[in-house]
Formats: sequence, C-alpha cells, structure tokens
Amino acid sequence: MGFDFFGERFTGACMATGTSSFADFLAACAPGLLPGTGHQAAPVAAGPAGQGIGLDLPHATTIVAAAFDGGVLMAGDRRSTAGNLIAQRDIEKVFRSDDYSCVGIAGVAGVGLELVRLFQLELEHYEKLEGRSLSLEGKANRLSAFVRGNLGGAMQGLIVVPLFAGYDEETGQGRIFSYDVAGGRYEEHKFHAIGSGSVFARGSLKKLYDDGMPVDDAVTVCMQALYDAADDDSATGGPDLTRRIYPVVATVTADGFRQLTEDEAGGYAQAVVDERMRSPAGPRAPLHSQQNE
Amino acid sequence: MPFYVSPEQAMKDKADYARKGIARGRNSVVLQYDEGILFVAPNPSGALHKISEIYDRIAFAAVGRYNEYENLRVAGVRYADTRGYQYDRTDVTARGLANWYAQILGTIFTESNKPYEVEIVVAELGESAAGDQMYRITFDGSVADEHGFVAMGGQADQVSAVLKERYTEGMPLSGALGAALAALEGQANGETSEVNAGQLEVAVLMRGRAHRAFRRLTGARLEELLSAGGPATRPTSAPPEDADK
Repeated sequence: MGFDFFGERFTGACMATGTSSFADFLAACAPGLLPGTGHQAAPVAAGPAGQGIGLDLPHATTIVAAAFDGGVLMAGDRRSTAGNLIAQRDIEKVFRSDDYSCVGIAGVAGVGLELVRLFQLELEHYEKLEGRSLSLEGKANRLSAFVRGNLGGAMQGLIVVPLFAGYDEETGQGRIFSYDVAGGRYEEHKFHAIGSGSVFARGSLKKLYDDGMPVDDAVTVCMQALYDAADDDSATGGPDLTRRIYPVVATVTADGFRQLTEDEAGGYAQAVVDERMRSPAGPRAPLHSQQNE
Repeated sequence: MPFYVSPEQAMKDKADYARKGIARGRNSVVLQYDEGILFVAPNPSGALHKISEIYDRIAFAAVGRYNEYENLRVAGVRYADTRGYQYDRTDVTARGLANWYAQILGTIFTESNKPYEVEIVVAELGESAAGDQMYRITFDGSVADEHGFVAMGGQADQVSAVLKERYTEGMPLSGALGAALAALEGQANGETSEVNAGQLEVAVLMRGRAHRAFRRLTGARLEELLSAGGPATRPTSAPPEDADK
C-alpha cells in the first residue's frame, strides 16, 4: 500500500501535539498500516468459531516462562505447524520486547509476529518520546489492548495469544502475564505455559519448579517442560540434535534482557536429552512433599 | 494588511527574525571521532534535552527555541518509527529524515508568519567513519551535507573556525570532546565563557553497539573524559551517577 510521508495528513499528525503511543499515532494518520485492518475487511467463509481461515496457516506452539531468583525466563520450542504438516523447524517465538521484558507468542504465527513487532515499537516509541520506559504494568496493559484489537481476527480463526514476562525494576522481581483472546490480562505466579503443548508443560513445571531457584535450574526446568510438551504434543518440537536446533531461551534480570546463545541453550538441551536416554519420562518428583521445619 | 510588503522584504524579515532568535541561545557542535559521532551542547537542564535519539543509528541535535525543536524531535521519531514499521529498520536513513525536515521547515518558513527559530543537525552512524552522515538543516529548510564536524547557533562561524584548527580525523573521544569544548568556550566576541560538566549535555552514537547506538554521557563517565581530554575545563560538582542511566 502506498503511503505519502510528505503528505499533509502525515506531516500534520507528526507535528501535532498528541499521544506517545505509536499504535494510536498510526490509527490517527495511517490506519492502513496497523495489523488487523486487512483481514477484518475480507469476507471469510463461515465456519465454526475458531475454525475459520486460520486452520491451515502456520501456528506457533508452546511457550513456557518461570520466575527465578532475581528475574524471569521464557523459553519456546522451534516448531510451527500448518495442519498436520511442519511449517518451519527453526521458527523463533520468544522475543525481546525492550531492555527489561520479553514476549512469546502462540497461535497463528503471521498475526503473532506482527503483534510482537508493533508491541516492540510501541515500547521503544514511548521511551524515546517520554525519556523513560513504561512501568511493567503499563507494558502489560498495552499488550492487552493489542490482543483485544485482534478480537475480530480471532473470531475468524486467526487466534493468537502472547505470554509476557519482565523484570519489575521497582520490586526487583520477575513477573509473568498471560492473556486471553479478548485481551484479558492475568498475572501468573511462579510459572506459566501457553500454546498447544502447554498442558503437558505446565504439569511438568508444577512438579519440577521450586521457589527461588537459581537461573541455571530454572533453565533446566523449562527445558524439561518443553521436552515433556514435545513428548505428548505433535505440534511442539523437541530439541533437534541432528540439525542443532534448540529451544530459544531468554532471561530478564536487573542486567536486562539476554538471549542464551545457541551453544548455551544446546548445552542445557543436550543434558536433558542425555538424561532422558536413561529415564525417558524424565526426573521423578518425590511422592510425598518434603516436611517443612 | 494595510501596507504592501514585497516578497523579498518579507523573506528577509523572517530570516532576520529567525537568526536573531537563534543567536540568543548557546551554540552546539557535532563531530566525528574514531568510534562514532559526538554531540555536545551547553545545557543547564538535565531534563530538557537538546540532543536526542531518533532511531537505531540516528540522533538529533538542535539549537534555538525549545518548544519548536522539541516539536521537530517528536515528529522525527514518529516519521522514523512509521517508516521502519512500514518497511524495515534498515530503511530509515538520516538522508531521508533530513529531506523530510527540510520540507517541513521550508513550508513553515514560506507559509507561516512566524518562522521556526531553530537549527538542527541529523546524524547517522555508518558501519565505518566513511559511512557516517551529518546534515545541518536551518530554519528556512536549507540542508547542508557536512563532514568531520558541524557547528550550530548564532556564532556557528566562530565555533567552526576553532574546530577547524583543533579537529583531526579519527580523534579519540576524549580529544574530540576537548576540541568541542574549546570551540564552545571561545564564542561570543572573542570572550571565553566557562563550560563545566554540570552545564553540559553530551551524547554519542557509538559504533559496535548492537541495536540502539545512542548513549548519553553523564556523571562519572563524563568527568573522566573531561579530565582526560578537556582543555581548561573544570569538572565540578555533577552528581556522581552512573553513565547510561
């Protein structure tokens, strides 16, 4: 779509006093650039709710997140599926949203990636215009509005939900937020998982997670959870040792966002796989919880 | 409108008006150093910036009337973010932004009664020093493509003259900062005016930084640079905060 950067509508909007929100700015002067304006106008063959045009598009699957001592981490498998086919083996679904937060997506990949791009820009734009970052709650609320903005798409089957995690500079803790397609925002405690393999991942996390665990343990727990998700959900990919494709793992701490290098993530993945060679079901949680003294 | 005023006279009056407004404020300089581009502006306020980030590798410096260049800065960020969103982050260039600013300032100068009393520099960090770009845009929308260093403000000519003597290609950061301060101190009719760390706004576009290259230099880091390369500069009681915060 053509767009006139020198036109009066755009330059006028740029020079006008107004919002620090990039999405609101686009909505005012270039709504055609916003995601969702295309497919909502397109006629769509009727289908049962959630079974519309989205079915054969690539879908991103499982994302897990866990808080640890001094921060939070997020990890995602690398598979995207279109129906019963694997659409991509090395897709990335966990992203840096700004210095102190990250976001992962599950659902229709095309819509999700666009959502992430707009969200990243929204945070950066605000930071540049205002000279300070949004609060973590503020970021979570903006994301909520974007998800709600896709409600029309979701009703046609283009469902996508993000998982948001960040380091709260005020409290010094990692926090996790999940969303529903209507933009509902829910703060999760300790850990959470979204996507097709999330039920298995969450079960795994529940048994392995420990309060205040160090970052290494938290990475291992998330690798185990993704392995369990891949074990039982065909849409979630396990570590691909032959091609050296491993889950994307990102940590957010007081030092900021950091994505583990391929070698680092590979080390954790290899350790989990080695262990599973001996016991395929993974680590066994004790039958009785330990006594608290 | 009771009297006829010739277009020549109207333009001249507007230009004089703008020049006078700009000359009331302090000058600023932008110059290349071995690892990037340095921006220096005397500015007693720590919150109302004259130097700002526009995009990953593009920064903006201005002199003149605050509300007007702040307006231009916000517009520039909106332009850059929209362009980067529509195309790709690599498609946002200082050249494009400079042309866009020139168009806006030119329109304001010719079409409105009161011209903007500002002068701005848009600089983009290249992969190497040869790829660095600096554009100076004045109140009437004229654009100049500058190399090495550029001065802005009412006494830009005097500042440039000092910089011409002190500036060498590939200077280290501390040397470039020293040259900038010498140039800024020697303004105002041959008299020197003191510049100290608490009154300075300093920022860089730094090569080798991933993603966003813009960094403000403040507090201890700035004091250190000033003592390493400043000429007769007196580091004073700037609050000892961490750089980059």
